[in-house]
Amino acid sequence: MTTIDTVRLVAMFATIATAMSADRDRLCALDGVIGDADHGIAMELGFSAARDAVAALDAGATDPTTLLNTAAKSFLNAVGASSGPLYATAFMRGAAAVKGKTTLDDADVVALFQAMAKGIQDRGKAEPGEKTMIDAWAPAAQAAGEALASGKGLANSLEAAVQAAKAGAEATKTMVATKGRASRLGERSLGHMDPGAASAVTVIEAMRIALTD
Amino acid sequence: MQTKKIINDGNRAVDEMLEGILAAHPRHLRSVDGSPRSIIARDGPRQGKVGLVIGGGSGHEPSFLGFVGKGLADAAAIGNVFASPPPDPILECAKAVSGGAGVLFMYGNYAGDVMNFDMAAEMAAMDDIEVRTVLSTDDVASAPIGDRHKRRGVAGNFFIFKAAGAACDRMLSFDECERIARKANDHTFTMGVALSPCSLPQTRRPNFEIGPDEMEIGMGIHGEPGIAREKLKTADEITDEMLDSILDEMAPTRGDKVAVLVNSLGSTPLMELYIMNRRVKQRLDEIGVSIHATWVGNYCTSLEMAGASISLHRLDGELQTMLDHPCDCAMFRAG
Repeated sequence: MTTIDTVRLVAMFATIATAMSADRDRLCALDGVIGDADHGIAMELGFSAARDAVAALDAGATDPTTLLNTAAKSFLNAVGASSGPLYATAFMRGAAAVKGKTTLDDADVVALFQAMAKGIQDRGKAEPGEKTMIDAWAPAAQAAGEALASGKGLANSLEAAVQAAKAGAEATKTMVATKGRASRLGERSLGHMDPGAASAVTVIEAMRIALTD
Repeated sequence: MQTKKIINDGNRAVDEMLEGILAAHPRHLRSVDGSPRSIIARDGPRQGKVGLVIGGGSGHEPSFLGFVGKGLADAAAIGNVFASPPPDPILECAKAVSGGAGVLFMYGNYAGDVMNFDMAAEMAAMDDIEVRTVLSTDDVASAPIGDRHKRRGVAGNFFIFKAAGAACDRMLSFDECERIARKANDHTFTMGVALSPCSLPQTRRPNFEIGPDEMEIGMGIHGEPGIAREKLKTADEITDEMLDSILDEMAPTRGDKVAVLVNSLGSTPLMELYIMNRRVKQRLDEIGVSIHATWVGNYCTSLEMAGASISLHRLDGELQTMLDHPCDCAMFRAG
């Protein structure tokens, strides 16, 4: 059984921010094909702001809920765009899911993870199959939940989430966008991976590394 | 290879631009204390008047903040390049211009803008400010007419915001301001064409690829792919192709009256815009549609993208009154 404290969550945001900086240009290029080419910039900005905001907190005197809400607000105000409200809602819902806890056990982390996916889906009003980040997040949340329920630990549950997210992102290549900017492309969006799904894989993989390695 | 830009730091480009704009237009504009991305008209917002907040991503200058001033918009919320502003600066705009008669949010129809402005509207409601939203959806290329609500808002914003701003300045009721804003949107049709890409200050890489002899009809103002990639044609042929799509939908009859906007996407010069406008005039003359007013220049740009858009705004008596209503903004004056 893993125990995740706020220090670990602070480190998680640093890990995601680093991964996002490394991935920025690939995400911009993916977005340039079917959107407006700024997705990597927004994701890097947002997670850098979240990393800095949570690093400035007194981790010893902060609970996970406060930390996640701080991350949400800083991400939102740094970015706007579509990823701002989507990830801010994800972290606010995650914060609500672990309210009252001072540390998180395996089930708490998976509950947080699932609440994030639900938050993104609710805010974006997207369903799976519409070529959005939810095509990575929804299967990832489901896979994590199933793995945990079948008795696997946190590391295996989050690894299952990473694999499901990757498969989901890959599958967006065969989808026609109906939400977001790419939706105006219609069938011309076929064959291209959705940049929001691609960055979701990066986020989820960084979370897996930061919370279980 | 990186594109050439006169910038200091890509991440500071928007804020440094705002500093320069406030330095140039102190008589028209100010920012909200503590919220530098909320730009307010010095003259205009007042008690009993419906407030008009516009906004969106940067990179489209003079949209949106150039249209802030007496008789047009009361405030603009400023986002990063091509990215919606977050809710906080939008909320600060709403609070700063609320005159107790309600606040209209108007912006182009993009998923990110809708989420952020909706969140700001929910926050404003908690401060007892009633917000209503009218999205602009003038881009003919971005969805079929049956799905007008899915279309993007582009350069036609100019006419749509102008009508709404006039209605607000004439102290009309919240219902009337909203009705006129929606009607102005329904009466506005835009088609664009792109010749070469733009590049974001942070990446300085072209945001799409296009051959040296190609153009893309219907491309969006963020470089979103359009409806057809074709060989570059003559100005008259391009203008005809764009006008055909617009006129198909607008279905004007002889004697109708329109206002025309020929807009540069950034680097296409006035010479080329006026050559296009010459053809617009010829075509409208042929079908007996009269031109009440024409604007040619940079109104809704896409950084340094080459290309242009044509917008037609079909006028009736009411919309003509709104169009002719005087306004005095940082980057636009009329009447």
